[in-house]
Amino acid sequence: MSSVNTSPDTDGVGAPVKRKPELPLWEIFIRGQHGMSHRHVGSLHAADAEMAMNNARDVYTRRNEGVSIWAVKSDQIVASSPSDKEPLFEPANSKVYRHPTFFDIPEEVGHM
Amino acid sequence: MYAQIVKTDGTGVKSREDMTPEESAFQQRIDADQKIEPKEWMPEGYRKNLIRQISQHAHSELVGQLPESNWITRAPTLERKAILLAKVQDEAGHGLYLYCAAETLGISRDEMFEQLHSGKAKYSSIFNYPTLTWADIGAVGWLVDGAAIMNQVPLQRTSYGPYARAMVRICKEESFHQRQGFDIMMKMASGSDAQKRMAQDAFDRFWYPSLMMFGPSDKDSVHSAQSMAWRIKINTNDELRQKFVDQTVPQAKYLGLTVPDENLIWNEEKGGHDFTEPDWDEFYAVLGGNGPCNKERLQARVTAWNEGEWFRDGLLANAAKKCTAGEVAA
Repeated sequence: MSSVNTSPDTDGVGAPVKRKPELPLWEIFIRGQHGMSHRHVGSLHAADAEMAMNNARDVYTRRNEGVSIWAVKSDQIVASSPSDKEPLFEPANSKVYRHPTFFDIPEEVGHM
Repeated sequence: MYAQIVKTDGTGVKSREDMTPEESAFQQRIDADQKIEPKEWMPEGYRKNLIRQISQHAHSELVGQLPESNWITRAPTLERKAILLAKVQDEAGHGLYLYCAAETLGISRDEMFEQLHSGKAKYSSIFNYPTLTWADIGAVGWLVDGAAIMNQVPLQRTSYGPYARAMVRICKEESFHQRQGFDIMMKMASGSDAQKRMAQDAFDRFWYPSLMMFGPSDKDSVHSAQSMAWRIKINTNDELRQKFVDQTVPQAKYLGLTVPDENLIWNEEKGGHDFTEPDWDEFYAVLGGNGPCNKERLQARVTAWNEGEWFRDGLLANAAKKCTAGEVAA
């Protein structure tokens, strides 16, 4: 999801294609009506924050999907890499006692 | 469908023995219905194929605005006009979701636009037919969006995460499109004789082009096997076409319209209709650039892009100026 650097590709004949810089990429987060936290809904291109906000409204909230918008420049997001999956998330696998279902509570104790 | 012919580079599906360990692990994940996400390892063919398919789909949404926008200023009532505007705006939105999904695969937006403008990238053949009357707008919503839904619903389960998520959003919005089309057809088909004739005429002209939307017959669909193994295509072209015919025939009957196919008949044994296939020569001609409106459609896109250049430049210049001003103030 990081911004794409247009590689110096060719037009098929071998001559490099010159391209102007694109409008920067932004990631859009929307908070819905029901008190949930902001959720990533997609991305869009915009020259500045104001345009990102306006475009986010038009692209991602045409049907009342949200009551609040966050727009973040894509290149400002720090993301974990797929290859870090094991060191990052594996340790949690062995700690099943973090889940309440790990503990058996006798029925006569009732709801806990 | 919106991506009718997506060419693959390979020479068919690799067997497990021929796969590298990475490819084999990748295929295993797909078979286990896991989603592939942007930065994860994927075979180059998967990436390329997806870029072609998603960008074709995105281009179709974008070009698909043109036949309908033709009627925004001519809609019969203010309400119809507002509805059509909302629908055309949705199509722009669908294009944007899809372009974003394709960009996560390492192609830039402008590169995709260039491919569209140069004719290198395709878009659905259906949008190269003209919308001559108001009833055509009904037929487009009912048939074209109906056919699109048929293809897009299964694609919500496609293997590439960003594509699947874009399809979920699109499908949510698409059924409004089909219903508004059917609503127009109902009005026309229950109207005056002239309106009924107009509805039938629109149906006659859009029936076969709608059937073409699903792409060539399975026996001629050389690129399908690999795409299906990768789960970027879920059903075959003929399966979806059959489903579309079976769904649409009773709807046409309800409207009192006649399907323009003398050979259309219910086949009890297969539990579906037998029907005449579209003229595939016409399909390839339209896809190859020789449909009734190809030049006009492409020209409209190119003109919009070229004439918007000064504005895009201005936006960037303004943003840069504000940025520098901000630094000075700080």
